[in-house]
Amino acid sequence: MPGQTFAQKALAKAAGRNSCAVGEILDVEPDVVLSHDNTAAIRRIWEEFGQDRVKHPDRMAITLDHAVPAPTAVHAQNHREIREFVGEQGINHFFEAGRGICHQVLSEEVVVKPGQVILGADSHTPHFGWLGAFGAGIGRSEVAALWAQGQLWLKVPATMRIHLNGTMPDGVTAKDFALRIIGDMGADGGLYRSIEFAGDTIHAMTLESRMVLPNMMAEFGAKNAVICPDEPVLTWCLERLAMHRGIESGSSAWADLSDSLQDGCLYPDADCELESEHHYTAEDLEPYIARPHSVDDVVPLSELGNVKVDSAFIGTCTNGRLEDMSAAASVLSDRRVAPGLSLVIIPASSQVLQACIELGYAETFTRAGAMLGVPGCGPCMGNHFGIPAPSETVISSANRNFRGRMGTPSADIFLSSPAVVAASAVAGRIVDPRELG
Amino acid sequence: MTTSGMVRQFTGRVWKYGDNVNTDVIFPGKYTYTLKTPEDIAAHALEDLDPEFAANVQTGDIVVAGSNWGCGSSREQAVSCLVLAGVRAVVARSFSRIWYRNALNNGLLALECPAFVDLASAGDTATISLTEALVTAGDGRTAAFKPLSDDVLRILDAGGLIPYIKQQMAD
Ligand code: SF4
Repeated sequence: MPGQTFAQKALAKAAGRNSCAVGEILDVEPDVVLSHDNTAAIRRIWEEFGQDRVKHPDRMAITLDHAVPAPTAVHAQNHREIREFVGEQGINHFFEAGRGICHQVLSEEVVVKPGQVILGADSHTPHFGWLGAFGAGIGRSEVAALWAQGQLWLKVPATMRIHLNGTMPDGVTAKDFALRIIGDMGADGGLYRSIEFAGDTIHAMTLESRMVLPNMMAEFGAKNAVICPDEPVLTWCLERLAMHRGIESGSSAWADLSDSLQDGCLYPDADCELESEHHYTAEDLEPYIARPHSVDDVVPLSELGNVKVDSAFIGTCTNGRLEDMSAAASVLSDRRVAPGLSLVIIPASSQVLQACIELGYAETFTRAGAMLGVPGCGPCMGNHFGIPAPSETVISSANRNFRGRMGTPSADIFLSSPAVVAASAVAGRIVDPRELG
Repeated sequence: MTTSGMVRQFTGRVWKYGDNVNTDVIFPGKYTYTLKTPEDIAAHALEDLDPEFAANVQTGDIVVAGSNWGCGSSREQAVSCLVLAGVRAVVARSFSRIWYRNALNNGLLALECPAFVDLASAGDTATISLTEALVTAGDGRTAAFKPLSDDVLRILDAGGLIPYIKQQMAD
């Protein structure tokens, strides 16, 4: 039997098979099915099946995150319907408004484990590749079908491997690497593909930085993206699961949990079939910017030229974690947001927010004149909390700069790492934090 | 094969767009939790891409586009707004994978046919034949596409994933 890629192994396992071929269509039973504020709409589709109970309530995970707190009565009603549904169906993995963005919360709670398959009614579900899971986005009808039947057809994708070796220069982040990849190969460069990340630099990254990569591969057209789980990933999962389950470090239950996490890990075979391989050297990377209105219109920040900014946003499932807050805080410490500019900062989860308070970042932000928001998606998709005025220019740490993404079709959205957003908010134009002096 | 299935040959007017048309311009995110009626959803189809579209689209029209059509969000309204507006098929160089699945699952024909994208022009007609796996432009030039698999045809014939599963559950 020829070697198998990560995607082949993960999908074969979820389909109850030992192996599978690229291009084959499998009926897959995912371990976790994710939905968020779209749950009420999915419920209306599911009701067409005439079932009283969903098939596997224990496999469902639901967050309220896309429009929290509800900006209008219509949104509030939507949330209410979701809470009712959660109660009726006895869904345990339910995370209330304010807990945070689905991908961050499910990562913190380790609802998905290495080697598992998660399908979500959210396009950034590839996110879970950071811990070695197969994550893919699907549509609402498909989630309804999964609630009813527990399985769904998936085509086994071909694999593209991206290597990164060397030492990242100061001021260069995982976000810059993701933008560079998308800029080089286009927004459809990874279409239908499974992306495997490899190389020393990837494994030297913090876990928070790693999360950026599979998450951003949604903007590359990828079906899923993965980083092989290593010691830090297993420790993250073990410690958090043990805490939730009240398992003491060093106990036999701890050892069992550790073994079961390790057993679940899937690694590509050395002789697996790769469609293409791409090699990057960390020393060659620099801070990048995606220009409006396409994530693949990428230029080095040093070549951008003078771009005045009206508003700035730090947050989202891509860059709303503690290290992003920390990067923003070090730029904003003893500085002020430029007059007339609005800076919105939204931690990706309540845990990130709590840490921002404990570490004094919250105070740094408010002293600098920034607005600190409730954990959730914020203005990322144009729902509320910082919608640009017509023709304004925004710099954002999000993942998408499509026309109208933040609710205003005539606004220009530039994407960068959080430190560049913070520095730009201070300067009133897009700048490298190293230029602030 | 059911007789109520997808029509095997039809002709429609062409609307033509470029590469990387994303779901935010097909159906803006700000409406995803607020607009619910079919009329409202159809009225905002392609709002930020082509303001002329929603007012002028006719039942049976065909959208022709470049590569990576439907990239971005998983929102299914980016398919249903077109279905509700009367669009019968989308022919593109390539599709974003979630949009493609959503199309199939909502009974909307999505065809990868780069050769037809090259010869199509807006306002012209296109005739799609599923049996011959051929798209014909108004001037008679043709472009071939890879025939649809039986799996795909079964879902399209049922009218989408939900009716397909309902049939299966009833059997
Ligand atoms: S933060 Fe933005 S990209 Fe991430 S899940 Fe929320 S809306 Fe989607």
